Amino acid sequence: MEVLKIATAGSVDDGKSTLIGRILYDTRSLTDDKLEAIERTSKQKGFDYLDFSLATDGLVAEREQGITIDVAHIYFSTAKKSYIIADTPGHVEYTRNMVTGASTSQAAIILVDARNGVIEQTYRHFFINNLLKVKDIIVAVNKMDLVDFAQEKFDAIKTEISELATRAGSKQNITYIPVSALNGDNVVDASSNTPWYNGQTLLAHLEGLEAQDVYEESVARLPVQTVIRPKTDEFHDFRGYAGKLYGGSLAVGDEVTVLPSKTASKVKDIYFFDKKYQEAARGTSINVTLENDINISRGDIIVKSSELPKEAKQIDTKICWMDANNLVVGKKYLIQQGANVIAAKVAGIDSVIATDFSGETPATELKLNEIGNVSLKLAKTLFYDTFEENKTTGSFILIDPQTNNTSGVGFIQ
Amino acid sequence: MNDLRVNTLESEAIYIMREVAAQFEKPVLLFSGGKDSITLVRLAQKAFWPAKIPFPFLHVDTGHNFPETIEFRDRLAEELGIELIVRNVQDNIDAGKVIEETGKYASRNMLQTETLLDAIEEFGFDACIGGARRDEEKARAKERIFSVRSDFGEWDEKNQRPELFDLLNGKIELGQNVRVFPISNWTELDVWSYIEKEDIEIPSIYFAHKRNVFLRDGMIWSAQDDIVYREEDEEVVEMEVRFRTVGDMSCTAAVPSDAATITKVVDEIRKSTISERGARIDDKRSEAAMEKRKQQGYF
Repeated sequence: MEVLKIATAGSVDDGKSTLIGRILYDTRSLTDDKLEAIERTSKQKGFDYLDFSLATDGLVAEREQGITIDVAHIYFSTAKKSYIIADTPGHVEYTRNMVTGASTSQAAIILVDARNGVIEQTYRHFFINNLLKVKDIIVAVNKMDLVDFAQEKFDAIKTEISELATRAGSKQNITYIPVSALNGDNVVDASSNTPWYNGQTLLAHLEGLEAQDVYEESVARLPVQTVIRPKTDEFHDFRGYAGKLYGGSLAVGDEVTVLPSKTASKVKDIYFFDKKYQEAARGTSINVTLENDINISRGDIIVKSSELPKEAKQIDTKICWMDANNLVVGKKYLIQQGANVIAAKVAGIDSVIATDFSGETPATELKLNEIGNVSLKLAKTLFYDTFEENKTTGSFILIDPQTNNTSGVGFIQ
Repeated sequence: MNDLRVNTLESEAIYIMREVAAQFEKPVLLFSGGKDSITLVRLAQKAFWPAKIPFPFLHVDTGHNFPETIEFRDRLAEELGIELIVRNVQDNIDAGKVIEETGKYASRNMLQTETLLDAIEEFGFDACIGGARRDEEKARAKERIFSVRSDFGEWDEKNQRPELFDLLNGKIELGQNVRVFPISNWTELDVWSYIEKEDIEIPSIYFAHKRNVFLRDGMIWSAQDDIVYREEDEEVVEMEVRFRTVGDMSCTAAVPSDAATITKVVDEIRKSTISERGARIDDKRSEAAMEKRKQQGYF
C-alpha cells in the first residue's frame, strides 16, 4: 500500500491535536480502548469535550504543560493509502524538532486559527516547510465556527499566505481549506456551513495526493552503505554494494561511475534479497554487483556516468542549528551525507535568516534553533547535488565530534 | 527478470539494518520468538543476503514465556545458524538483584530491564535492534529510530537526538548504547500483512486454538501453565482463543478468536476495534507506564 507522510505544525491553541483527533475519529482509526482512555481522562480533568491531545502528547511533561515538545508519530489508514502523521511542536524553542518531523514528510498541514489570522508561528512553519521543500502544503484555517464561517476571514488568510509564498519563491502546491476540527467541518465530511467553499475536504485532498517519495524528480544516486561479501562456497567471489536508491532508477547494463574514485563500470546484477531484477525504482534498498572488480567502500556513491554530481572542497549551505553549543567560525565538525562522513571546518558565517521572512542579519555565530548561511571547508572533496536537485546528496547533518550530538542540519545551495 | 517496485516500509527497515551493521562494533538483535522480532529477522536476512545476518540474537527470558514461542525461538536461530544468547531473569532473582512481584497482578515484565542491561554490559553490545513500533503506545510514538541510552540504559525523552531525513547518527561514547527500531513506522496490520505476503512461519499460539483460561477484569488469561496468578474463585474454562501479542505470560491476555490461518488473522486485525496493547496489562498500570519503563532502560 502507498504510504504518505504528513507533518502537522501548529500549537495546541490552534487546535492541532483536535484536528488530528478528528481525523482519527472520523476515519474510525481510534480503537475502543484508546477512545475509552481519552474519554476517561477528559472526564477526570473536568472537560466537557474529548481532549485528543491525550492521544498525541505522549510524554508526561507534554501533558503537564499542555504543549507538544517532540515529534509524535500517528498512524491511520484508509482503503486507499496508509498515512503517517508526524505531529510536530510549534514553539520556537522546539524548532529543531519541527525540522526533524518535516524532513521526512511529503506533505504538511499548517494550522491557522481563523480568529487570529497569520501569526509569527505561521511564518515559521511556512518557512521551514519551504526550506525543506515539502511538496504539498495544506493551510487548514481552523476554528471557522468561532468566526461564523465568514468567508472574508478565510480569504484574508489565503491572500496573506499567497503573498508570502510569492515572496519566498515557493514552488510548492498550496491548498487552503476552511475547517472546524472541533465540529468536523470539512475535515472528513464536507460542511454545509461553508457554501462559498468549493474545494475538497482535508481528507479527500490527502487521498488525492501522490504518495511518492521525496526524491522523485532527481537523478539516480546510490550511496553505498555496506559491501556484502559472503565468502561462502556458493558465493565465493560475490561483492555486492548495498544501499538505498535515491531518485531516478537503475538498470542492469547501466554505465556507472563510482565516486570519489571516478572509476567507471557497468551494473551487472541488481538484487533485492535473493531475487534479481532488471531495473530498480527509487526508494528501493538494493544490492548491486558491477562488471569490474573495483575498490568500493562505505560512503562511496554510485551514479550513472551521464549524470555526474558536482564536486567541491568548500560549500555554501543553509544550516539549521540544533545544539545548545553555538556554531562558531573555526570549529570542526563531522558532516554526514548519506553514508559518507567527512571532517569539516566552519569557514564563515554570513548571516542569520529570520524565519518570519523579515530578512537576513549579519552574524558571527548560530544559536540553537537559528537558521543561517554558512560556508564550510571540507577535509576531502565532497560530491554533491544542491538540495533543490536531490534531498539526499544535497543535505547533511553536522556531528560534534566532542559530544557525538547531531548539532545541525545543512542544505547545500 | 522484472522491475523492482518500492515497498517503502520494507526498504526503510532494510536500510536501517545496514546502517546498524556498518556503524556499530557489536550489534545484537533482540529476538523473543514473537511476531515483531520474527519480522526483524526476515528483514535482516534480506538486508545482507547472500551473506549471513552479521549479528547474534539475544533473548531476555522471563521464565514465563509461552513454551511454543521458546521452541520456535530455538529452532529459527538454529536453522539460520545464528548464535542465540539467552539470559534469564530468574538468575537475577536468585542472586537477589531484583525482587519478584507478588499478588494478583505480579509480572516479571519490569524485571527484564535489569537482565537486559546486564547482558549489554556483559557482551559490550553497542546497538540493540528491537521490534518496537511507534503505533503501539503513545510514549513509543515519540521514539527515534536510533535511540541513544546512557550507561544506565536511561532514555532522555526531553532531549532526543534530532533525526533528519533518513540520516542516522550512531556515534556514542563508551558505555552508552543505542536502541534501534527498524520497524518504527510499521503498524500492527503492516506486520501481519507482511507475514502473510512473505509466508513467514510464526508460533502456533498466534492462531486460534482451544485453551484453558480464566476471566479477570474483562480479559482472558491463560490457565494452562500455572504461571499467571489465579485466585481460587476464578474459574477455569476452555475457550477458543489466540494471542495477538506475545510477551510475558503474566501480562499478556488472549483474545477470543476463530482465526486459524494467517489470512483470517489479517482480516481479524483489520476489523479489530481494540488496540494490540489493549491486551497488555503492563500498560494499564498508569497513563505513563511505558514512558517510566523506558526511562529506566526498558525497550
